[in-house]
Amino acid sequence: MNARIWHIASNTFREAVRDRVLYNLIGFALLMSGAAILVGQVSIGIERLVVVNLGLTAVSLFGVVIAILVGIGLVSKEIDRRTLYTVLSRPVRRWEFIVGKFFGLAGTLVVNTFFMALGVFASLLYVSHHFQRSDGWLLVALYFIVLQFLIITALALLFSAFSTPVESAVLAFALFVVGSFAEDLRGFAAMAHGATKWLAIGAAYLVPNLSALNVISSVGHEQPVAAQLVIANTAYALLYAGMVLCGAVLIFEHRNLK
Amino acid sequence: MAAIEILGLAKTYKAGFWRSTQKCALKSLHLNVADGEIFGFLGPNGAGKTTTLKLLVGLVFPTGGSARILGRDIDDPWVKAQIGFLPEQPYFYDYLTARELLEYYAELSGVEAKSRSGKVERVLHRVGLGDAGGLQLRKFSKGMLQRVGIAQAILHEPKVLFFDEPMSGLDPLGRREVRDLMEQLKHEGKTVFFSTHILSDAETLCDRVAVIHQGELRGVGAVADLTSSVEGKVEVVWQGNTVPAWIKALDAECHLAGDTVRAVLAEHHQEAVIDGLRRERTKIVSVTPVRTSLEEYYLGKLKPSEAAAGVRS
Repeated sequence: MNARIWHIASNTFREAVRDRVLYNLIGFALLMSGAAILVGQVSIGIERLVVVNLGLTAVSLFGVVIAILVGIGLVSKEIDRRTLYTVLSRPVRRWEFIVGKFFGLAGTLVVNTFFMALGVFASLLYVSHHFQRSDGWLLVALYFIVLQFLIITALALLFSAFSTPVESAVLAFALFVVGSFAEDLRGFAAMAHGATKWLAIGAAYLVPNLSALNVISSVGHEQPVAAQLVIANTAYALLYAGMVLCGAVLIFEHRNLK
Repeated sequence: MAAIEILGLAKTYKAGFWRSTQKCALKSLHLNVADGEIFGFLGPNGAGKTTTLKLLVGLVFPTGGSARILGRDIDDPWVKAQIGFLPEQPYFYDYLTARELLEYYAELSGVEAKSRSGKVERVLHRVGLGDAGGLQLRKFSKGMLQRVGIAQAILHEPKVLFFDEPMSGLDPLGRREVRDLMEQLKHEGKTVFFSTHILSDAETLCDRVAVIHQGELRGVGAVADLTSSVEGKVEVVWQGNTVPAWIKALDAECHLAGDTVRAVLAEHHQEAVIDGLRRERTKIVSVTPVRTSLEEYYLGKLKPSEAAAGVRS
């Protein structure tokens, strides 16, 4: 990695780690895992399923909230506070700044997910008293959650490059919600007719297909995840995040920092 | 070779909901700044000073013209390594300490790892923050942040420095220290281009100044030339509480303040007035030629109604 991108990413990571909101969210996520244990105790026979569903959903939701809340401020906050002026007046190219910010937040989310995942596994051990072979699929589900974070982070950065933090938050969250039902949208497109069909198909393929990256329910039921799905989802998420990031760079390259 | 060559640089913003209104921030600016010069860019608030600086450091893009720094186009990445920029009222990452911030900027500027810490410590001491390097920036006062701003601008030893209102937020001692620092930078061979509307600072520091107003260059010249033009008048000050009738008859502008009289009169009456006052055994305090001040030059370049709002001396 280019040295300047690495320095910008490290600084973004340091900023996020020193931000107290982030610590609160981690604490809150751990609290959710604690709640999972409580629910597991009153759900006779399906403790493991409840803990996996609740724990992984909490990891996903808290990570998305962090990705959106931190991501929307990555560029706009730096412009508002004019911290960007002393960075871009140096030998730093604008694309390096965007890519560095992306990697910084992605790194933060990976570390954050790691600690939340520890909480989920600890909860699972607490209710099951031992790990079983199928628990390994949880790692795949967590990997897919991280892929979701990459897409959401790239989207938040894109919106942050041209709009206010509030607008960026609304747009990113809306896309997260719509993306979570992308498969349903594709199903609707298949059933629709005429112009509605084409509009629905366009929308279904434009929004991120986050539902394909959600295997929480299947790993909760101890079902394995196919290797082809892992490869396809990895390629899709990297391609989608990469294209969105290119869009953010294109916009930011031409932006006047008034 | 000129350190900074501005060749018809212009900036127009699109405004309004449909972006159909054109707002001209800078009209075809032509300006040269010599190597090793301290150049003051004067103008009231909203004149186009900050826009010019942002164009030169690549934060906004010109809609016309071009500029060269040290002989190369401002788009050239090499140029960015040769410049230092202090924005107006700088704000930094407040979760970092001053030392961490400067190390980060040193990394981005390509300062070698082995010399990085030494440079950071030296520059912290140079701006008077030697003891505050470990403090988080959120605990810094406005004046301390201004010092950090200057530190980050000079950290990588650039050849050309752009300061946007460098005295802003500083107390009189801080202003004096920044003036001294800018003079030191000049002695080190750096070119300093700074914007201000504090005319006394410009008059003390600058080799040359330019006046900009409403995005248009109104005048440019050496401070020594602008402030040394004798207007053919002298100011005579003496102790007393009345103005003799024979002095009034010379068409002198007379002002009484306490037990002192100040009269501004034509230079050719000087000897006659001094002789007359001596005859009357009046104590003469001073006789000085009237010179054009930078403020008068500045105000002359602006419309009178608009000048008052933006001037502090």
